[in-house]
Amino acid sequence: MSLSEHSSGRPFAKLASRLFTIMCASCTLLCVSILAILLWNVTSYGWDSLNWDLLTNYPSRFAEKSGIKSALVGSLYLIGLTALFSVPIGVGSAIYLEEYAPRTRWRTLVQLNIANLAGVPSIVYGILGLGLFVRAMHLNRSVMAGALTLTLVVLPIVILASQEALRAVPSTIRQASYALGATRWQTIWHQLLPAALPGILTGVILAISRALGEAAPLVAIGAATYVRFLPENLLTDEFSALPLQIFNWTDQPQKGFHQVAAAGIVVLLAVLICMNAIAIVLRYRFQKKVKVVTFNRILVYRGIFPKRIETNGARIDIIE
Amino acid sequence: MVTIANRTEIRTRFAEGVRLRIVFEFFLHGLLFLCAAVSILTTIGIVLVLLMESLQFFRDVSVWEFLTGTEWTPKFKPQHFGILPLFCGTFLVAGGSALIAVPLGLGTAIYLSEYASPLVRDIVKPLLEILAGIPSVVYGYLAVVFVSPVIRSWFPSADLFNAANACVVVGIMIMPMIVSMSEDVLRSVPRSLREGAYALGASKLDVTVRVIVPAALSGIVASILLAIARAVGETMAVSLAAGATPRLTLNPLESVQTMTAYIVQVSRGDTPTGTLEYRTLFAVGLTLFISTFVLNIIAQWILSRVREKYE
Repeated sequence: MSLSEHSSGRPFAKLASRLFTIMCASCTLLCVSILAILLWNVTSYGWDSLNWDLLTNYPSRFAEKSGIKSALVGSLYLIGLTALFSVPIGVGSAIYLEEYAPRTRWRTLVQLNIANLAGVPSIVYGILGLGLFVRAMHLNRSVMAGALTLTLVVLPIVILASQEALRAVPSTIRQASYALGATRWQTIWHQLLPAALPGILTGVILAISRALGEAAPLVAIGAATYVRFLPENLLTDEFSALPLQIFNWTDQPQKGFHQVAAAGIVVLLAVLICMNAIAIVLRYRFQKKVKVVTFNRILVYRGIFPKRIETNGARIDIIE
Repeated sequence: MVTIANRTEIRTRFAEGVRLRIVFEFFLHGLLFLCAAVSILTTIGIVLVLLMESLQFFRDVSVWEFLTGTEWTPKFKPQHFGILPLFCGTFLVAGGSALIAVPLGLGTAIYLSEYASPLVRDIVKPLLEILAGIPSVVYGYLAVVFVSPVIRSWFPSADLFNAANACVVVGIMIMPMIVSMSEDVLRSVPRSLREGAYALGASKLDVTVRVIVPAALSGIVASILLAIARAVGETMAVSLAAGATPRLTLNPLESVQTMTAYIVQVSRGDTPTGTLEYRTLFAVGLTLFISTFVLNIIAQWILSRVREKYE
């Protein structure tokens, strides 16, 4: 490198190069320190309110008595239901698009549509939820309406991640499976899905953490911010959610509520960071192991054959 | 003893299995097709819901007035329904946040792809993903509690909630997106281009700035467009930070209202269904949807061209 700079006859080339490196490095440093400052600020601000009462109290008109019980439970119901709906539908559409759909212009269009849905602002989904689930299906402001709306928000994430994971499975696995007489679904269920599982799980976790932090669609469908009970009937009862509660407290002028909001944020971030950490670990393992797919499963294929064949009085057990 | 009966039994069981299999496969094919149809139905649903109520709205307010009016006062008499102030607020915040996020994000992306050791990259990328995973309401909180006092102490004339406030937090929010997408594009620039440049006697700076970045430029532009689309659709942080005054201004120290913040404002108030004010929700939603849709389509188109180029 130094040779090239001397011969190029530009005395400042080395200095410029070094300056540029420092500049880029400081950008990176700045990004990372923003994260650190952010976490530190919120934690130190909400530290005093961060106690057991926070988790067991309902929201109140008084900041010091306010808690996130109903919001936390609401959020857990929401992400549980969202996962229940979005995982089968999302993985199902990924399988259809990758393994079944003929490579025509229609598939390209569907693919483009999904990429676009991933970029649609979440509040627009909220308006859809308001028109479709709250009004047309008369779910009102129930947990179910919220969960269905969030399902639509995170569906593109699940689909795109699952597709990516399915695409990463080596095609030799498919060919070997078909060669042994397996049908399409057997190939998918016994070979592709197990191999793609870590990638799919990563996508699912990311989608769920998105659903956990999402407040805009819930505001649009009119979810309540002041709920002093736990939802019992998922189809009728009103609910609140953690990000919604934080939003409401931040919007209050009193400093006391800001403190409770900070404590709520710490709880929310703690859950999110745990989920993200799992996703990151999964993906790193996945990246390294993607080529080493268990071939032993494919050796004996439990296909259309019965598990045990009895002929000549002798019994052949098909080992697995 | 082998008996004929035994053989036929095996054969019929086998045939039955095959028949069941075929039915089962057919059934699953249909089921999976339905799953894939959900995403198409979602798009159709969004368009239908937005269009139906918006058409009602445009029966009372002309499209021309909506698109060119410079006043947005649906709550007071005389009512004015000009989307320009909301549109201006939205793009003021999106543009301002891009001004913060693009240099920072691009610098980080270049560092990570060209200079950083694998160890640094393995540490920094997950950290940035955490930054990207922080919910937008948390950024809104930061804007209100931490950023706003700082901006007001630097510029005492600033409104309590202002556009600059929102720009800072939304900028931080979209930055990880620019970093991770640009870094992917930078790293996908073929090795041969780098080696060719080094062979011609270029320094590392020359290679980066004059070869790699230009080669990856379209992908970088696409990542910036996607980030801006995200900023346009950003809701909670903006409605907490930017204020609630629809105003046609380019001054970042004034309070503005974005399209998303307006939707939040109407949703939180008890607006009776079927009124003109309720329908503004859908008209504004439609405008928002179209704006982000156009940005996304352009970005997707650029990205598909990048893929063709290097794959």
